[in-house]
Amino acid sequence: MSGLQDSVWAGDIQQLKGLVSERALNGETIVLNMGPQHPSTHGVLRLMLELDGETVVTCVPDIGYLHTGIEKNMEAKQYEKSITMTDRMDYLNPMGNNLAYCLAIEKIIDLDVPLRAQYLRVLLTELTRINSHLVWLGTHALDIGAMSVFLYCFREREKLQDIFEIVSGQRMMTTYFRPGGLWRDVPEEFEPAVRDFISYFPARIEDYERLLTDNPLWLDRTQGIGFLSAQDAVALGCTGPTLRGSGINWDIRKALPYSSYEHFEFDVPLGQHGDVYDRYLIRVEEMRQSLRIVQQALDSLPDGPFRSNNRKYVPPPRSELGTSMEALIHHFKLWTEGFRPPEGEVYVRVESPRGELGCYLISDGSPKPWRVHFRTPSFIHLSALPHLAKGYLIADLVGIIGTIDIVLGDADR
Amino acid sequence: MLDPVEALTSAFPQAMEDTYEFRGEITVIVAAENIVEVCRHCRDTKGLEYNFLSDVAGVDYYPQEPRFAVSYHLYSMVHNRSLRLKVFLPGDEPELPSVTEVFPAANWSEREIYDLFGVVFTGHPDLRRILMPDGWDGHPLRKDYPLGYETVLFSFNFDEIDKHKPYARE
Repeated sequence: MSGLQDSVWAGDIQQLKGLVSERALNGETIVLNMGPQHPSTHGVLRLMLELDGETVVTCVPDIGYLHTGIEKNMEAKQYEKSITMTDRMDYLNPMGNNLAYCLAIEKIIDLDVPLRAQYLRVLLTELTRINSHLVWLGTHALDIGAMSVFLYCFREREKLQDIFEIVSGQRMMTTYFRPGGLWRDVPEEFEPAVRDFISYFPARIEDYERLLTDNPLWLDRTQGIGFLSAQDAVALGCTGPTLRGSGINWDIRKALPYSSYEHFEFDVPLGQHGDVYDRYLIRVEEMRQSLRIVQQALDSLPDGPFRSNNRKYVPPPRSELGTSMEALIHHFKLWTEGFRPPEGEVYVRVESPRGELGCYLISDGSPKPWRVHFRTPSFIHLSALPHLAKGYLIADLVGIIGTIDIVLGDADR
Repeated sequence: MLDPVEALTSAFPQAMEDTYEFRGEITVIVAAENIVEVCRHCRDTKGLEYNFLSDVAGVDYYPQEPRFAVSYHLYSMVHNRSLRLKVFLPGDEPELPSVTEVFPAANWSEREIYDLFGVVFTGHPDLRRILMPDGWDGHPLRKDYPLGYETVLFSFNFDEIDKHKPYARE
């Protein structure tokens, strides 16, 4: 029942009917293929462009090149074993994906998470946000032609990945958050490493800004490009910096706080013009605000357990296995059969670096989820790309793809 | 601020099938043919103002009947609250009106559900496959679609598997 039949595309222009305008069919405009291996499509995105000279008339995104059936695979695995797959969706935001999935499981079970774990989750997701914005800034600037920023951004990203390696043993695919808390407590080296990062990073943000913010070439390439009105942004489902660039103050961390975000002070930067430049300013400011949250979380990090003590859902500490029969039974049950959440369905949203990351989880009472669905910001933002790109030059299209900050692993899952 | 369940029940007494609450999330089950009007009512009524469609997701409850469900996660930026509308669809070839005219954000989500579950959205502007290749056969997120291997054939499930086997038939 599976398998590819004959490829549909046979080079017949009539098949483009409905996708491109009539002018393309009689040869007035050009239909051009961009990607999927184009360096500025941030992964494997293919665009079918209809061009009138250098102006984009229509843009038809084609995705699915990174589709790995994560949602289908999760239905065949126990809850805890799927966390590794969430890392691989939005590979620039692994901690945020872990968080969305763990929060959904915790909500469906009604599981408690100790304050220390909540604070560490906030701290690490904010570091991940900085990490993701650094990659975004570097590649976005590289696309537009400011090459040196890329090198500086990746220099700092390296330090962040070292921190992730300290806590989880992995640089990218961390799988550090688990239902009920964390995989383990943070080691001793963690705090000095983060303090070191906090001490020098603000000056580095100044450096990026000095290279770009007042640079006339940068202004030329970003101001007044990729305009998105507030009304359209809401209608098209845009979230995160893309929505806030149009002046709408909606940040899930403020509106629907999760994992004790309500304990932290931070500002939500807003744009005025809804163009590429405003969204650039917002993301740079978000890095500063994230650093503020990291600082607060580190200063007020409470002592205590790093994961819940509910043994029906959370494995006991390794040290107890040799002395406690109960612990051994729980360990065995959790790693062979898994846990059984009550029947029900929940939808949990978190603010990923790109926007609203939602996890829709349905449990039928068995150890495997009946259905897991991820509402990913890249997917929804890509659907808004035709609207954003219409009428701009093909050279600006590269900046517009960069400004919605897509990760194709996030879009295709 | 209106109570969504009460407001919808008084506006659409015939379309409301059931409501329940779990972990503070309200789910309203709506008749499939009324989903577009219910969405528009939720978006435009003063006091409800669910102006943002977060997500549309499909579910396959196989072998239960009605088999398919589609969940709409609405959010109101004005009142800072959420609502889930759910539609149940019987049969193996379900059809549902598209809500893209009310919420343009549903465009690709509906394409995804069409691609992965085979739910046809009538009135959708561009209903093509989105994640799987254009010529793909079958809908991978259906529960009777195997996960990369052939399902073992027994006498009790022979008819079900035979129905989907790709070989020449008369």
